[in-house]
Amino acid sequence: MRLEYFEMIDQVVSLDRDAKRIEATSAVPQESPVFEGHFPGHPLVPGVLLTETMAQASGYLVLGLMGFTHMPFLMAVDKARFRSFVGPGTVLTIQARLEHEGSGYAVTKAKILAEGKPICDAELRFRIMPFPEGMDGQMRAQAKRIGLIREAADA
Amino acid sequence: MSSTFETVAGIISETADIPREQITPESHAIEDLGIDSLAFLDIAFAIDKAFGIKLPLEQWTQEVNEGKAPAEEYFVLKNLVARIDALVAAKQA
Repeated sequence: MRLEYFEMIDQVVSLDRDAKRIEATSAVPQESPVFEGHFPGHPLVPGVLLTETMAQASGYLVLGLMGFTHMPFLMAVDKARFRSFVGPGTVLTIQARLEHEGSGYAVTKAKILAEGKPICDAELRFRIMPFPEGMDGQMRAQAKRIGLIREAADA
Repeated sequence: MSSTFETVAGIISETADIPREQITPESHAIEDLGIDSLAFLDIAFAIDKAFGIKLPLEQWTQEVNEGKAPAEEYFVLKNLVARIDALVAAKQA
């Protein structure tokens, strides 16, 4: 996890096409400029970045299920709950499930756990659009880096 | 008016925060009720869930953009309700 680069997912552990679920892991870095402000002397991962982490896992789920034909863009966050603090070095498990595939949009439910303990959860909605020019390759490279393409091929 | 209209009007009222009495079968979702594209997707999700269907929004948008159908065909509520009823009937057939 590189907070300042918005690279929130380290590794895709599994992609289940039938259950329309993805599981990923990510380790919060020990140090980051983010922690200098949030909060001085009391480093905590901001809730917005945990939301982004759930959104990225969900986005990779949609990409994998749709075979990289379209790009999901976050458009709504509902029922977000932040249940526990997350500090430096925490290893996160991120799970997301596709709840509904609409026409031009998708809905997921996502949650983050640490050592089996719930950290946060939310219902997320994405607008599904054709890839902006040049983004397709970038997303594929990113997906390859985190093991999504391998999992998508095996699933 | 049909129960479908009542359900749709309730969804629009709740989702877009529009007083229920302003919503009539003749209302145009965009021009009369001022619903934007993000709010319309919220409404579409609620309609999909309530009726167990998938509104073909991408197809409708394409037809309107290509001039094959006027926007009123889909966004005036009585027409939207008729299309929902048709999708529900097709699903049950």
